[in-house]
Parts: sequence; C-alpha cells; structure tokens
Amino acid sequence: MVIERIEAQLPGAILDRHAFRGDETVTVAGASFLAVVDLLFGEGFQMLLDVTAVDLETPEFRFEVVYHLLNLASQARLRIKVPVADGAAQPSLTGRFKSADWAEREVFDLFGIPFEGHPNLTRLLMWEDFPGHPLRKDYPLDGGDPFCSNDIGASYSPEARSLNA
Amino acid sequence: MAAINLDDSVMTTRLDSVVNWARKNSLWPLPFGTACCAIEFMSMMASRYDFSRFGAEALRFSPRQSDMLLVLGTITNKQAPVLRQIYAQMAEPKWVVAVGVCASSGGMYRTYATLQGIDRVVPVDVYVPGCPPRPEGMIFGVMELQKQISRESLSARKEHVEQFYRSLARQEELQQARGLSQYQVVREMVLEAGAQGGQRIW
Repeated sequence: MVIERIEAQLPGAILDRHAFRGDETVTVAGASFLAVVDLLFGEGFQMLLDVTAVDLETPEFRFEVVYHLLNLASQARLRIKVPVADGAAQPSLTGRFKSADWAEREVFDLFGIPFEGHPNLTRLLMWEDFPGHPLRKDYPLDGGDPFCSNDIGASYSPEARSLNA
Repeated sequence: MAAINLDDSVMTTRLDSVVNWARKNSLWPLPFGTACCAIEFMSMMASRYDFSRFGAEALRFSPRQSDMLLVLGTITNKQAPVLRQIYAQMAEPKWVVAVGVCASSGGMYRTYATLQGIDRVVPVDVYVPGCPPRPEGMIFGVMELQKQISRESLSARKEHVEQFYRSLARQEELQQARGLSQYQVVREMVLEAGAQGGQRIW
C-alpha cells in the first residue's frame, strides 16, 4: 500500500490517516508536504483533481488545505490534508500540476491562504479590491449587507414600501 | 367632384395614447439570461407559446437595438455594474422585466455573492415571481408591462430614466474619488443605501 511506503521512506510525515469506503485520507505535516507529493507522483498519482480548504477555527492550525489526487494507472484516489496556521503560506503545486494554478487562486481568493511559488497569485472569483475572504468562518454570510441582516420589513424605507403598495 | 368626408379618415386622440399604443405593440426584447429562467424563456419564444403574438418576436442581443430588458436569472454582485451598463446602453424608451425570484429579490441566494434584487441597481417595471416562472407567467408579466406602457406619461418616463443616468454619473464620480473598481463601487453604493434604510442606488 502506498501509504505504508511513504511512512517507510518519510517517517513522521503522515500525522493521521483514515479510510472511508475505500477512499484513503492522509494528514501530512506541512514541512514534508512537497516530499510526500513528489513520492506520490512517482507512485502514479499524477492528476490533481482539486485543491480546497476548510476553516476549522482552531487556534494553532486554523486551516486545513485539502488536495484530491487520482492515480491514472490504478484509478486509486487519495485525499491529502495539510494543517496551515492563519497567515502562514502553503507551498504551491503549480510546478508539479498545471491544474493547481486556478485551484490555488480560488483558495487564496476565498480563504486568504497564500501559496508560495505561485506564478500569478491573484483573486479568481471575487474582484481584486473585494474586502475580506468570504469562505472564512468569521466572514458574514450575507457580506454584511444591512438589507439582508435586518428584518426585511424594517430595512425598507417608507418610500420603498410605498412602491409595493 | 364629391366632397371629402373627414369623418372617415381622421381620428382625434391624445399624443400619449397613440405613441404608447405603438410602443407597447412593438417591444424589442433583450434577453439577459443568467440562469434557468432563460431556459423557460426559450420555451416562451418557441412555437408552443409563440411570443411573437405580442409583437415582440424580434430578439436583439445588442442593448443598442432593444427596448425591453428581460433579466432572466441570478445577478451576482460582480455582474451588477455590467447590468447597469447594459441598461444604460439601451435605446430609449426602455423597460425592465425582472423574471424569477433571483432577479426580483435574490431568491434563495441570500449571500455575499448575490445581488438582492436587480431593483437595487436598475429601475424595474414588472416583477415575475417563480423559480423559474412558467412561460405563461412571463407572458403575463409582459402583458402587464404592455398595460403599464399604455397608461404611462411620456414626460414621466423621461424623468424615470434620467434619474438612473444621474446615479450612473455618481457611480463614476465615486469610482474616481475612491480609486476603486466598478464592482466595489456599486457594492459600496448598495451597502450605503442599505445602511440608510433605502434599498436602491438609482
């Protein structure tokens, strides 16, 4: 099994692992992340399907960056989770996988996690001067719009109410 | 030589009535389709519902050649300035139909990304509810618009549009003054209007 071979070659790199219905997930320490990806690439995991993140709101490692890999030869899938502290940079995979480019830009845009070594780390979905990162848990779902936050009836001006009359 | 009987060839009416009669029966729709309402719209234009019965079969995909903007779907905050620009580019007189709940009020998308109703950024004449509305619903909406057009005063319609142009000038002013992108300026204008208890920026 590929996870055992990683553990043998990079002792201590894998912090945690679990499987759900045949899909393996490993949690990898940030320091050995690139070495693990290199090893996996050699094992045949040569397609990066997605990069995303989770805001766990935990004090030490606030975020978890999640990578989904596919082994094109064996069709095996592997999910890699890397804990990242708030404000810390995550190494970019753009040198290894072309598909990392936009996926990492999306994570940067919505979570504010910088990717070190990315050739064009700009926002992908929101506009460039958009304030904040909307998928962080401390970002208000409605974007702080008073029209949404208040009771709808109260936020209508008398003038707007008369339009409905 | 027989005398000409004017009763057979002359009819007296008000200018508003005759102009509005012509306008309402010759609408030129611009479909701004962003979601599933646009799929229902295709049905409305096709043979089963046959929208050409209402004198509005000539779709124009250029705002310069159309006078009825049909907003068919969710408008995001990033699209809000685009919608404003398209409305500004349309030939006058112009009318807007918000088709479906997303265009009318943001619908189920009460999020940072979605504009909570296009009437916050452009004037709307008719709202068609539904998610998506059936073609009959859209036809009813346009028939309501036709009724509205037949009643409207030409000078009031002019003022209605000019009010929008003033908000567009204000948008450009703010953009220059604050050094922001058009998206952020429209977003801030919407937020400021909301904070003051208003709901629209035009």
